[in-house]
Amino acid sequence: MAAERARAETTTQVWNDPNAKPYIRIENVTKKFGDFVAVNDVSLNIYRGELFALLGGSGCGKTTLLRMLAGFEQPTSGKIYIDDVDMADIPPYERPTNMMFQSYALFPHMTVEQNVAFGLKQDKTPAEQVKTRVGSILDMVQMRQFAHRKPHQLSGGQRQRVALARSLVKEPKLLLLDEPLGALDKKLREATQFEIMNIQDRLGITFIVVTHDQEEAMTLSTRIGVMNSGQIVQVGTPKEIYEYPNTKFVADFIGSVNLFEGHIVEDEPGHVLISAPEAGTEIYIDHGISSAPGAKVWVAIRPEKMDLTKNRPDDSDRNSAPGIVKGIAYMGNLSVYLIKLDSGKEVKVTMSNQRRAAEHAIDWDDRVYVTWHANSPVALLS
Amino acid sequence: MTNRLSWFVIAALVLGFIFLYGPMAVLVTYSFNANKLMTLWGGFSAKWYPILLDDAAVLTAAKNSFIVASVSATFATVLGTMAGYVLARYRKFHGRTAFSGMVTAPLVMPEVITGLSMLLLFKEMGYWFGWPKAMGFSTVILAHITFSMSYVTVVMQSRFSVFDMSLEEAALDLGAKPLKTFMVITLPIVAPAVISGWLLAFTISLDDLVITIYNNGPGSGTLPQLIFSKVRRGVDPTINALATIIITVVATGVITSHILMTRQEKRKQRDIQAALQSNK
Repeated sequence: MAAERARAETTTQVWNDPNAKPYIRIENVTKKFGDFVAVNDVSLNIYRGELFALLGGSGCGKTTLLRMLAGFEQPTSGKIYIDDVDMADIPPYERPTNMMFQSYALFPHMTVEQNVAFGLKQDKTPAEQVKTRVGSILDMVQMRQFAHRKPHQLSGGQRQRVALARSLVKEPKLLLLDEPLGALDKKLREATQFEIMNIQDRLGITFIVVTHDQEEAMTLSTRIGVMNSGQIVQVGTPKEIYEYPNTKFVADFIGSVNLFEGHIVEDEPGHVLISAPEAGTEIYIDHGISSAPGAKVWVAIRPEKMDLTKNRPDDSDRNSAPGIVKGIAYMGNLSVYLIKLDSGKEVKVTMSNQRRAAEHAIDWDDRVYVTWHANSPVALLS
Repeated sequence: MTNRLSWFVIAALVLGFIFLYGPMAVLVTYSFNANKLMTLWGGFSAKWYPILLDDAAVLTAAKNSFIVASVSATFATVLGTMAGYVLARYRKFHGRTAFSGMVTAPLVMPEVITGLSMLLLFKEMGYWFGWPKAMGFSTVILAHITFSMSYVTVVMQSRFSVFDMSLEEAALDLGAKPLKTFMVITLPIVAPAVISGWLLAFTISLDDLVITIYNNGPGSGTLPQLIFSKVRRGVDPTINALATIIITVVATGVITSHILMTRQEKRKQRDIQAALQSNK
């Protein structure tokens, strides 16, 4: 999956090209339900051929945004353009979008074949053509042998593939997927993720996926928009979001993270020095963040970017926090250590189990130093 | 706890059955009574049935009842489905409370009042618009539509309120216009509720007497009207035979539909099991 993501990043970073024309423009869109603001002044550009993930917890407004793109909800204010056409007065049945629903929404009284053919028949596609297109899309999702079954005769995974086929068969300009893999077990989910990426690659359709599952968003997408209480908090590639979160919320939401509160002691173009009593050490970061000395910051460090050692490091007043091992969770490929620092704060450190039962293994209640490289921490202002 | 039924449970069961089916059993038994007096058993005979079927008045009344019930049930189903859809789907519109109240009012209104008010309305209309000129099929059917529509509305509203909205959205999303979506997606899915709504309206119309008396005219008398007038003139064993036929028809319908539904449910369960198996 790393290879897939690398492909996406190297071949097209269209969002970094200032001359590129966005395919979908969401401009200052707000949606209110009574007094409740579901989507709050969201602006977003999405480019042709992207697989864009809207990521956020439940109630963050991601589904409402998707439903506005599909035309099931009207923005309270703001504009949505798809391919330069204002979508304000265009009903769902005339939009160049198709949607795969979270509940799949397969028509219970129709067979798999009829479900998939439904969209084509609305366009008065000739019967012969309907037949071949339905056949080939069912082949693609490996559901041809179930063509004459009704939805209730299918398992969850099979229904999900039919729903995908139904939304793809019209080859829409924009495909909207609402929690597409939510109901699947882990193995099936991974297989389907690759299937979706392959399809996207082959058909060149622009995808927008709504998900609450950060792993799903990381694996699938070219870019991620993280949402929180109706607003887009950060937009970036999975790597940018993970390595350079711009807020505590994003750092905490994507993956796991250790956060230390502190204030800036020194801020030079080349480095920052932060005093963080919680960590029990000064934190030295080898890139500047351009903020006034004395300002309050949060330092985020990923558990896998931390190291554990029993011996006191040489440069021990910087980036090395002393503490006691309070718990070890063995996960097979890696172990998670829970360390109680001298300040009382608990941090998580993950170490990969490269060797079987290392000689100087770190055990419960050992006194250890948590260390990290100077480029690992990220300083966050909010 | 014991698995054996206690005497109390058995007694309750027997009494319950007697209470529910006793009157019908007596009625059916006496329809085979040879004696002309209803209250005296005079040996077994099926002679009342041919007599009944030779009675032109009975046959006409049965035909009238059938026409009134099927026509009014059909219109009531169309209107009730529409009203139920609106009430379940549109949570807010002007006059929703008034509409909801008016639609369901006939359910709680005494029939004597409903019948009388319909009669007065028809009389006024006849005076001002020249229609209806006389009471008859058209007026009794209109009156039946008015009150049986309420029952259909209640059935359909509860069906639509649990309808998965995303099915309609999926159809719209795939390019079907709203009316087409309703016809090819919504309606087929709620068809069982529509059919039971129709059957409900049909049976209610079939056995209505009070509203019918107010709004019917000569030449379109229904079966309940006929029975009622016969009973007033003195009870005749053919009434028992007629009632037995009605009971048989209704029971056959109920049992058949029950068997069909059970069989369908069983097949569905089997399919779900098979799907789960094949996924392994």
